[in-house]
Amino acid sequence: MSQQEKVRLYTLSTCSHCKATKKFLDECKVEYSFTDVDLIQGEEREAILEDVRKFNPQCTFPTIIIGDKVIIGFREDEIRKALKL
Amino acid sequence: MKPEELHEMLRKAQETKGYFFNKDMERVMDLMAALLLNKERYGYMCCPCRLSSGNREKDKDIICPCLYRTPDVEEYGSCYCNLYVSYEWNEDKIPHKYVPERRPAEKKFL
Repeated sequence: MSQQEKVRLYTLSTCSHCKATKKFLDECKVEYSFTDVDLIQGEEREAILEDVRKFNPQCTFPTIIIGDKVIIGFREDEIRKALKL
Repeated sequence: MKPEELHEMLRKAQETKGYFFNKDMERVMDLMAALLLNKERYGYMCCPCRLSSGNREKDKDIICPCLYRTPDVEEYGSCYCNLYVSYEWNEDKIPHKYVPERRPAEKKFL
């Protein structure tokens, strides 16, 4: 099995698409790191939003970074393709 | 209020307007709980799929049901969260496309 691309998520703890993304990755046994941006306040949140905007200027959630690919929203086909699932 | 109570209250009010809850009840009840959590956090039921500024005036377009629900249900058969959908969407008579964010970027987190 080839080495898995690094997966990073920017999510909201309340968002249905974000939850669906995490569930899908869990079911596929894909390791990922995530930040629930709504649970972070103040300057720390601002700094994270700046990072999100670099990947996704519209700053919507989930913003999914797989290797050098950015996927906006829970688009299962695109995630599968990026991870070769 | 419990998610089930909110669901019943909204269902009655919204179905008469032609907006139906997604037939995926697990997802709907999860969103009901998220709306109640946001009410507790911010004092209003901000859209669970968007980041709240914490300011009611700035968030007024994304208080559920959001300002974008009408055009999104008209165009895609579903709101951004897949919470409110059309009859046709629930009956699988139209494709379930991913609903893109309609809210203008400049309105975000002002």
